[in-house]
Amino acid sequence: MQIAYLFVCLLECSRTRPAEGAVEDGKVEEKKRNHPGSFVDDSPCQDKKCFELTLAQRGRSQAPLGSHIWERMKPTEMTQDGGGVPVGKRLRFQRPYASVPQFTNSPTMIVMVGLPARGKTYISKKLTRYLNWIGVTTKVFNVGQYRRDATRAYNSFEFFKPDNAEAMKIRKACAIAALKDVWEYFTSEQGQVVVFDATNTTPQRRELILSFAKENSYKVFFVESICDDPEIIAENIKQVKLSSPDYIDCDKDEAVADFLKRIECYKLTYVALDDNKDRNLSYIKIFNVGSRYLVNHVQDHIQSRIVYYLMNIHVTPRSIYLCRHGESELNLVGRIGGDSGLSARGAKFASALQTYVRKQSISELKVWTSHMKRTIQTAEALGVAYEQWKALNEIDAGVCEEMSYEEIQENYPEEFALRDQDKYRYRYPKGESYEDLVQRLEPVIMELERQENVLVICHQAVMRCLLAYFLDKSAVELPYLKCPLHTVLKLTPVAYGCKVESVFLNIEAVNTHRDKPENVDVDREPEEALETVPAHI
Amino acid sequence: MTNCPTLIVTVGLPARGKTYISKKLTRYLNWIGVPTKEFNVGQYRRECVKIYKSFEFFSPDNEEGLKIRRHCAMAALNDVRQYLSVEGGQVAVFDATNTTRERRGAIVKFAEQNGFKVFFVESVCEDPDVIAQNIVQVKLGSPDYIHCDTQEAIEDFMKRIKCYESSYQPLDEVLDRDMPYIKIMDVGRRYLVNRVQDHIQSRIVYYLMNIHITPRSIYLSRHGESDLNIKGRIGGDSALSARGKEYGTCLRKYIQEQNIKDLKVWTSQMKRTIQTAECLGVPYEQWKSLNEIDAGVCEEMMYEEIQEHYPLEFALRDQDKYRYRYPKGESYEDLVQRLEPVIMELERQENVLVICHQAVMRCLLAYFLDKTAVELPYLKCPLHTVLKLTPLAYGCKVESIYLGVDAVNTHRERPENVSVQRSTEAALKTVPAHF
Repeated sequence: MQIAYLFVCLLECSRTRPAEGAVEDGKVEEKKRNHPGSFVDDSPCQDKKCFELTLAQRGRSQAPLGSHIWERMKPTEMTQDGGGVPVGKRLRFQRPYASVPQFTNSPTMIVMVGLPARGKTYISKKLTRYLNWIGVTTKVFNVGQYRRDATRAYNSFEFFKPDNAEAMKIRKACAIAALKDVWEYFTSEQGQVVVFDATNTTPQRRELILSFAKENSYKVFFVESICDDPEIIAENIKQVKLSSPDYIDCDKDEAVADFLKRIECYKLTYVALDDNKDRNLSYIKIFNVGSRYLVNHVQDHIQSRIVYYLMNIHVTPRSIYLCRHGESELNLVGRIGGDSGLSARGAKFASALQTYVRKQSISELKVWTSHMKRTIQTAEALGVAYEQWKALNEIDAGVCEEMSYEEIQENYPEEFALRDQDKYRYRYPKGESYEDLVQRLEPVIMELERQENVLVICHQAVMRCLLAYFLDKSAVELPYLKCPLHTVLKLTPVAYGCKVESVFLNIEAVNTHRDKPENVDVDREPEEALETVPAHI
Repeated sequence: MTNCPTLIVTVGLPARGKTYISKKLTRYLNWIGVPTKEFNVGQYRRECVKIYKSFEFFSPDNEEGLKIRRHCAMAALNDVRQYLSVEGGQVAVFDATNTTRERRGAIVKFAEQNGFKVFFVESVCEDPDVIAQNIVQVKLGSPDYIHCDTQEAIEDFMKRIKCYESSYQPLDEVLDRDMPYIKIMDVGRRYLVNRVQDHIQSRIVYYLMNIHITPRSIYLSRHGESDLNIKGRIGGDSALSARGKEYGTCLRKYIQEQNIKDLKVWTSQMKRTIQTAECLGVPYEQWKSLNEIDAGVCEEMMYEEIQEHYPLEFALRDQDKYRYRYPKGESYEDLVQRLEPVIMELERQENVLVICHQAVMRCLLAYFLDKTAVELPYLKCPLHTVLKLTPLAYGCKVESIYLGVDAVNTHRERPENVSVQRSTEAALKTVPAHF
């Protein structure tokens, strides 16, 4: 009986449908109450009922209609009703905000605080990248940039002396100009979070920002970076200051000397956030690159997530290796999804990967795979311990699982077109969207941030999502990132971004990348739809 | 998740919420699958000193008392060692005041000797209202004060706190700079987090920073009866039946009568929960993670059909309903993973009504009522019944409110015979009636 159970397990448990959101998942913004994404069947009358349901909601809906609601309809049958709502024979609603979480109601300003070379810009850019990736529209406003635009040429640290009245005027004007742009971003561009990147080292400056926020009903969360380790500061200066536009014509030693004097200028007036006086403010103080944190008065979900993220990132040098499983049997015949084993060439890749990893001589490398056969088989060839993550499973193509693109075009031509119209948000019937994928990959990203050297053996759509996080790619670019088989991407954090090295391990494989075709209309010809399908058996 | 076992050590004066935090944290870790156990030194003391006389036992110059207390701490640590090294536990929560540097030093040494990681959780609070509230909620009902009247008990307890105050050495920013810890100040208004070492400590910190003690209630309910429910079919995405819609209306009335302040309403992204929420006439949020368990190849089947087409699977599921994963579907274990962010957000929120599904509700309920993985898949969550959960003392008060609208029963008990060779009748014995 035990043997039978095991045998069945091997047969049945290998193909597992990914959990809809492994650890972290999200929710649809409450105002955009819409029609559910998963269907029992695809019959039109079913859709009509749901459509009617949503129409009824519309009457009470608080959601602004228009560009947010993406509707599928045949162009010829579109007419407008009095409320500017296109009416007519609609096929189905797609929820554009399928699993985007509602993190916060009011816009939030994250305000950096700290002396120069304390990692404020590093944190600002990283945090912004993370928030955008999880679907919270975020933008950085770097006041130093405004200053460079206002003063044209940087002379010396004297500009930053507290008794330089002329310069103080300019610096204040820059801060105010930046705040004005913040307002613009929140108002016209519907941004949700702004990161205000400047030293903000005096209570007066912080008070200015707090008043501005209060006037406009923005929430404020301070992030203060405190560091007195001279080695860390020296490393910062080397990594990001020497190449700054300010020091473009200086030699290294001059630049370092000038910058250190600049820091001294700020020290004279620096008042850190005070445990007592600022007890009603919301903030996190980061000490010495994360060995210690002080968190005060977290107000809401987004602030809680920001704190969690900031507490998990580090600056220890390391590399992240991303690659797909070796070529699989289904890859060969041009079919998507499924849970097939490696092809002969795929197995060869696994060996080549083992050689590559050994040669790289990586200190304490962790290896992660999904729960699917093809990644596990690839990892097995490495001969080292590996962890399986269900969250790394390939995107679930629902009713299209194991189909070739030709078959999808034949059986679901509309779905195929709709997917090409918005590949990021499109959810396969009974399946997932890239947007869903990002939600379920968030804990993977969080753990990748905590870890040091990691090799992630995953799948095409999954790798695109992870890559988009590291390389700050938008939702439009993400589903079309090139992640070919048998190629390892080595990502190494450097300065404010990520260095990418692409290593093709020299084992031939099919191409599985399908570019966006020119014609994405639902009534396009099959040839137009299949124009960009890569070759297969 | 963890390589070596972790010892979480609470620190703080009496009535600072250490036991509350210990129990809650233990419940959370067990729910997400990390075997955790708490060891309350006060419990050991009660077993040792059968009858509690007065606060004088805790006086710093009571030699006899000190000896007993030290002995109890040692006994508890021994049991910790047993649990972590022998019984396969991953986290132990050592719940005691641990207010002196000396005591903490001894614990750290003990942990080093046994290869355990240590993480301190200190609770600091000077708000007399909060302390008074603590005493009323959990101390008055303690075995120590079972024969005292309220006034006496409070007075004695306050004097007990005084005994600890003189020798209390809080975790120090400088002296303890190499120690991993979180200091919770003023019931979560402020936190000081130092040297988090690994993933589990990071998760613990995140959890502790999201919980609160503001009084509130969580309402759990399933969607109204659906068309597939009536037919005895599982899963799918069907609409409400007529009785289901009636339930929606009754739910609306119930909510209005309850007069709940700032109630948030959450649903899944499936028709039946959304339709139910629509009846309430208030804004609601849809969570994909609240979707029902995916039954994979068995979606929309009746139990009779599952027995007919997948008798082996059906039996395996009965053998280990928590871990069993439907082919191309999910297991309860997977469900718990995907519901973790829902639980985290529920902890942050105040009054919430969650309209979900049978398996999902079982998982959420198991978290609040500290049910094991064995009990979880068999928790009774009938249709048309609201469960009102109100945190109380160290646990949760449950009120079950049936809203008076008939519905099919969808609860299938574990049959007696779970062998793969059982007969069809044996397999279908516990299937509830349906059309």
